[in-house]
Amino acid sequence: MKSFTYERASSLQQAVNACASREGARFIAGGTNLLDLMKLEIETPQHLIDVNGLGLDKITATKEGGLRIGAMVRNTDLAAAPQVRRDYAVLSRALLAGASGQLRNKATTAGNLLQRTRCAYFYDTNQPCNKRRPGTGCSAIGGASRQQAVIGVSDACIASHPSDMAVAMRALGAKIETLNPDGHVRTIEIDDLYSALGSTPHIETILSAGELITAVTLPKPIGGEHIYYKVRDRASYAFALVSVAAIVLPDGTGHIALGGMSYKPWRSEAAEAYLPDGAKTVATHLLAGASPTAQNAFKIKLAERTIGLVLSNSPSSQRPRTAAID
Amino acid sequence: MNPENPTASGAGIEMSRRQVLIGTAGTAVTAVLAKVENAQANTNTKSTAQTPPVSHVTFTLNGRRVALDVDNRTTLLDALRERLHLTGSKKGCDHGQCGACTVIVEERRINSCLTLAVMHEGDSITTIEGLGTPCTLHPLQSAFIKHDGYQCGYCTPGQICSAVAMLDEIKAGIPSHVSDDLIAKSPVSAVEIRERMSGNICRCGAYSNIVEAIQEIAGGEA
Repeated sequence: MKSFTYERASSLQQAVNACASREGARFIAGGTNLLDLMKLEIETPQHLIDVNGLGLDKITATKEGGLRIGAMVRNTDLAAAPQVRRDYAVLSRALLAGASGQLRNKATTAGNLLQRTRCAYFYDTNQPCNKRRPGTGCSAIGGASRQQAVIGVSDACIASHPSDMAVAMRALGAKIETLNPDGHVRTIEIDDLYSALGSTPHIETILSAGELITAVTLPKPIGGEHIYYKVRDRASYAFALVSVAAIVLPDGTGHIALGGMSYKPWRSEAAEAYLPDGAKTVATHLLAGASPTAQNAFKIKLAERTIGLVLSNSPSSQRPRTAAID
Repeated sequence: MNPENPTASGAGIEMSRRQVLIGTAGTAVTAVLAKVENAQANTNTKSTAQTPPVSHVTFTLNGRRVALDVDNRTTLLDALRERLHLTGSKKGCDHGQCGACTVIVEERRINSCLTLAVMHEGDSITTIEGLGTPCTLHPLQSAFIKHDGYQCGYCTPGQICSAVAMLDEIKAGIPSHVSDDLIAKSPVSAVEIRERMSGNICRCGAYSNIVEAIQEIAGGEA
């Protein structure tokens, strides 16, 4: 690990100012992803700004009837929050499907959103990777690509976003609140947070230097049946091949977002209009333009079938990933 | 690898366990040297070209107050093992995947390999050494012996620390991936234990005995 200086931020504004003004500065929250990457010297910050202890660990009601989740709320606490379990069960389910008990105790809401891909070539510092070392090429294209993204990919990168939490938040229509060094607070739709891979896969979000995620807000709950279904190689503690976050309303309409498919949670509001027509039609529209490799083309069919399973799901027949609301 | 330095290729994921241990032992030595060199140092982060930046941290470890000057890079696990000589917590993967390093911080189980020692100012930390002693075993330690919940024993301290905190999570009403009902309190069933303990790998495969040991204690407490 490269050496670095360390400070505990004394206030939000001080934190963003320090991050913007110091070369190689990074925020550290739970640290479960950043430290892992620092050990491999994939991440080499020169200065760490500890943003724990700034009061960003609270969940509060918004005046619109929704929820404001502090950026430092731990994954365990968010999954277990009574109002999340009751009104946003898809989010609880997604969080509980991710990582291990130990990691969920440390990992934060903002850190989860900003965690980096688990592409094996991104982690293997002996291999070319445009995300890790821009311009060196993509080893996954033409390499082992079973886990990689199938849609929203580019000629430079086919890495997928590993989060479960973000998939549920996309289905819920979450917004990201940030603080900038100039004091400006901005609100970002979760779909706009992630930058398209294009020719610059090393640029993963639209956040600017020093910009700090302070909270995630959820809109007023809409009821319906909340489902998170994760297909993976192990029954626990593994990243998704395909996951489906769904909120299905009594009239058959709803929201659907997919994980394991792209550089961001994949959702299409236009495709959701076809929900009453069944999984095949929804999947066809949702995954139009997909460009899988020979090794991960199975994800297209797997996504369609997982959507089908979710739509045909009932709380009594499909233990344990469903939760009825109301 | 430093993105600007394509020749530095030390630490890929194909690194052997032996290489990992050698590499981290080096870090620990650096940490010790840094402490000697900065024995008179003040509390805040210092940085010079010669010595790696060091910070002061104070926490409560197994009920005792501990103060350390640590190289900022020192993980909590390395601080426990190499600086404080509590070698019960084990370094398995050093990447948060195996759970052998699990300790209890502020009543929560965490991977001590994936957190910096300097980030635990004021925290209360319990390791396997703080749960029980050879003469006065923690009930779970006794249960692991009774049910033969290990073979080589390397994962055992992490398994036990994890299980102690896991049972508290169930008591606190925290649901899991396999909980049928998100709202209701989970039973301490084998299915729940297996899911909740999935962050602790046992290479010897003593899982069924580990589950039995945990269930016996949970049954007594429930």
